[in-house]
Amino acid sequence: MNGQTLEKNSIFIKVAKKLHFLTAIGEYTFMIVDTIKATIVRPPSFYLVFEQLYEVGVASLPVVAITGFSTGLVLAAQSFYQLADKGLSSVTGLMVAKAMMTELGPVLTAFMLTGRIGAAMCAELGTMRVTEQIDALKTMAINPNRYLLAPRFLAGTIMTPLLTIFSIAMGVFGGYLISVYFFGMTPNAYFDPMPTHINTFDLVTGVTKGLVFGMQIMTICCYKGMVTSGGAAGVGRSTTNSVVIAYCCILLTNFLLTMLLNILHEQLGIF
Amino acid sequence: MIKIRNLWKKFDKMEVLKGMDLDVNTGETLVILGPSGIGKSVLLKHIIGITKPDEGSIYIDNVCISDIKGADLYKAIKHMGMLFQGGALFDSMNVEENVSFYLDQHGDPKTGKRYPRKEIAERVAQALEMVGLAGTQKKMPSDLSGGMRKRAALARLIVYRPSIVLYDEPTTGLDPITAMQINELIVKTQKELKATSIVVTHDMFSALYVGDRLALIRDGKIAHIAEPDPFLKIQDPLIEFLHNSISKDPRTMKENANGRTN
Repeated sequence: MNGQTLEKNSIFIKVAKKLHFLTAIGEYTFMIVDTIKATIVRPPSFYLVFEQLYEVGVASLPVVAITGFSTGLVLAAQSFYQLADKGLSSVTGLMVAKAMMTELGPVLTAFMLTGRIGAAMCAELGTMRVTEQIDALKTMAINPNRYLLAPRFLAGTIMTPLLTIFSIAMGVFGGYLISVYFFGMTPNAYFDPMPTHINTFDLVTGVTKGLVFGMQIMTICCYKGMVTSGGAAGVGRSTTNSVVIAYCCILLTNFLLTMLLNILHEQLGIF
Repeated sequence: MIKIRNLWKKFDKMEVLKGMDLDVNTGETLVILGPSGIGKSVLLKHIIGITKPDEGSIYIDNVCISDIKGADLYKAIKHMGMLFQGGALFDSMNVEENVSFYLDQHGDPKTGKRYPRKEIAERVAQALEMVGLAGTQKKMPSDLSGGMRKRAALARLIVYRPSIVLYDEPTTGLDPITAMQINELIVKTQKELKATSIVVTHDMFSALYVGDRLALIRDGKIAHIAEPDPFLKIQDPLIEFLHNSISKDPRTMKENANGRTN
């Protein structure tokens, strides 16, 4: 094969790969639309939604608590050490609360949920796909998007913002414990700056991010599960891909949401 | 009646079905033979509507399955059922939940209401008894052997009495005794449901045991189709090979089995 043909072929391969990426986006969009449509036409049973609410929400409480709490501890310790020699140690509590509410709470909760719930969902759906269980559902005239995906989407969308709030609370509590019992701050010094400098916008930012991240985790991980092929190895690949893609999307969306919400807040005075 | 006209399907660069035509009469059992990877399972997935053809049409009782999708498709295939090669039981449910799944989800087709729990339990027990799995209601699919999984999957079909049943390699990977049990169950199911059945296999023994007509797929098309006796007389190396691979004509065993049961 001469160099020119090789170059030509590599262009074709690149174009084909891009087209495949576009096909995947199309399938992903179609899956979301079909799930929403199927849910509106005939909502999934309460039992299925409840089961997922428990799995996504209640069962994730310990891991979200540990993440939020330890982040609060570290954040308070670092802030205190950095700020104390500048005479700014009194804003430690405020820094912890602000950072937890707007950035760390939503992002770290989303990361933990991706690892705990997203990966499990992708592996479960992927296994169902490669063992023809999803085909079996279809042959029994059951729409898999309504039966399998809708309860997961609903649970993820409802529970992620709530878990984010819980994580923020745990972070502030962790920061409080180390600031008061290790660095000797008074409880008042820790909490006093918060009411003045933390506003509704900060809470809206955290909850909105939680909501969007929740939808992203569920849709990406479920999609990757539903299109799995290639047996057990394929399930492993899909699960890894789903986690990596979800992490990248969370980080990128976090930046975009931060900019968008701040522009809306600054320019239009919303929130 | 099932009518397939000019069916084409390509996966990546590989053409699997190349203009296939096929008619399956109401109430008959058609066995489709052919080596692995020739498109037999793909054909079944087209017939039940979960795979769409690149070209061509599939008519089930004059409804073109290949042209409809979404809720219309699910409505059109409600009276059909498929037995998958590995059983495809739902891992997260026990045998009872698997077998009752269709009844739970769709309810009574006449009234649209949910079946009472007692009626579902009775029908599940009957179906499991029919396939020789009485008392396994609370077992999980992972606790069952390959043959038991296939029988449980068959019970999942029998329980809602479909009028068209598709079997994907029902005896593949099973020991001869379990394979024979599955063959007998297919015949028994056919008698009880009076359903139109399509069995896809490369097991000639099974084909002769259950089939009213036999078809051979080659090069993406039906190469030969006939009743068992004329089919075996066709001068084709593959048919001769498959015929020679069995030591005894299973139809004599079927007659003996019928004699025993009658």
